[in-house]
Amino acid sequence: MIHSWLPYVLCILLFCVGVYAVLSKKNLIRIILGIVIADYAVNLFLILLCWKKGGEAPILQPGAMEQVMVDPLPQALVLTSIVIGLATTAFLVAIAMRLHERYGTYDITRIRELRG
Amino acid sequence: MARNDGEAGMTLVVKTVTRLTVGLIFLYGIYIVLNGHLSPGGGFAGGVIIALSFINLFLAFGAKKTFEIIRKDAVTALESVGAVLFLGIALLGFIDGGFFSNFLPQGELFSLVSGGAIPLSNIAICIKVGAGIFGMFLALVAFRGSEREGK
Amino acid sequence: MIELYIVMALMIAGALAAVEMRNLLSAVIAVGVVGLGLSIVFLLLKAPEIALTQLVVEIVAVIILIRATLTLEDSGEWLGSRPLGSLLGALFAALTVWVGIVAFKSLPAFGDPLMLVSQRYLADAAADTGAANIVAAIILDYRAYDTLGEATVLFTAVVGVLTVMRRKGVKDHGEK
Repeated sequence: MIHSWLPYVLCILLFCVGVYAVLSKKNLIRIILGIVIADYAVNLFLILLCWKKGGEAPILQPGAMEQVMVDPLPQALVLTSIVIGLATTAFLVAIAMRLHERYGTYDITRIRELRG
Repeated sequence: MARNDGEAGMTLVVKTVTRLTVGLIFLYGIYIVLNGHLSPGGGFAGGVIIALSFINLFLAFGAKKTFEIIRKDAVTALESVGAVLFLGIALLGFIDGGFFSNFLPQGELFSLVSGGAIPLSNIAICIKVGAGIFGMFLALVAFRGSEREGK
Repeated sequence: MIELYIVMALMIAGALAAVEMRNLLSAVIAVGVVGLGLSIVFLLLKAPEIALTQLVVEIVAVIILIRATLTLEDSGEWLGSRPLGSLLGALFAALTVWVGIVAFKSLPAFGDPLMLVSQRYLADAAADTGAANIVAAIILDYRAYDTLGEATVLFTAVVGVLTVMRRKGVKDHGEK
C-alpha cells in the first residue's frame, strides 16, 4: 500500500534538500535557509506520525465528546519546536550579520575562522 | 525601499493601511491568547501575532514613533516578566501539591473561565514570546541603523 | 489524500528553488513558500493550532531573513557551490532516502498511529484540566516542563542575539 509510506518519503526528500544546501553552498545566508528547510521537515515528520485516518482536530466541541481524534502529543511538542526554530534562526542571522560586518562577505571559503 | 524625503518609515499608502489595521491585529492576538484553552491558538501564536503588530508599526512608521508607544527597555523587561510570571504560576502549584499542579478550580467546560491555571499560563507565555521575538527583531534591525550612522 | 501530495510536492519544488536560485532575495521568498505550504499541510493533517503558529512564525522568519539579505549591497551575489560538498550532499541525500524507505517499513503506517499515552490524554483531559483544547491542556498542564524548557531556550536565544548585536564593547576590525 503506497499510501502508508509515501508521505514519509516526501518528507525525508524535503529534509535532504535542506542538508544538501548546508553541505554544498558557499553563501552563509543560503546555508541558513537550508537549516530552516531541514527544521520544517522535522516538524512535518512529527505531525505526519500523529495523523489518524478519519480523525478530527484534538479540540473538544460541545455535543460531540466521543469523536475519533488525531494524536495530540506530537502536536504539543511541535508547537514549542516551531517557536524555538524561529529563535535559533534569528540567532544564526545575528551571527551571520556580525561575520559580514567583520569580513565584508558571506562567502564561507573566505571567512578564515570558519574553516575546519 | 521607497522612502519619503526626511520622514521615517514607508509611503503614505502603507502608513494609512497600517493605521487602520494595526489595532485589529493587536486585538486579534489578545483574542487568540484569551481563547487559547477553548479553540486553536494559545500563548505561542497569540504572542507572535502581538509581536507582529508592533513589527508592522515599526516597519511602517519607523523607530521613533514605535518607541513612543513601547520603550526599548520595556521590551526586554517584559520578556523577563513573562518568564517570572510563568515560573510563579508553576511555583503556586505547590498549594495543590507540586510543581506545575493546576491549583485553581476547573470551572465549567467550554466557558471562558475554565481550565484552572491554563489561561494564566497562556497569558504569561504570550508576554514572554511576544516580547522575546519583538526584542530580537529590534536588535537585528537597530544593528543596521547604528552602522549607517557611524559611516 | 491527493491534496496532501500536491502541497508536499510544491514544498519540495520551493525548497529546490530556494537552494538553487541565483538571487538571494528570491531564495528567501521561496523559503516563505515552503513555510506557508507547511502551514496548509498542518491544516490538512487536522492540526489547526500548529497551522496558526506556523503561519505567523513564518511571516516573522521571512521578515528577519529579508533584513539579513538586504543588509549590504553585495550580499545578494551568487557565490556558487563547492564541488566536493555538492557530491557529498547528493550522496548523503541518496543514502538518507534509501535508509528512510527501509526504515519506514517498520514505522506504524501513515494514518494509524500507536497513541499509547495519548489515549489517556484524550479520554481524561476534560475531566483533569477543564480545558476544551487538548493540545493546550498537554503543553500547559500534563507536560508543562516542556514549555518551561522552551521558555529557557527562547530566553537564551534572545540573550544571545542581544549579546551578538550589542554596540558597546565590540573591538574594532583592525585589532585582534
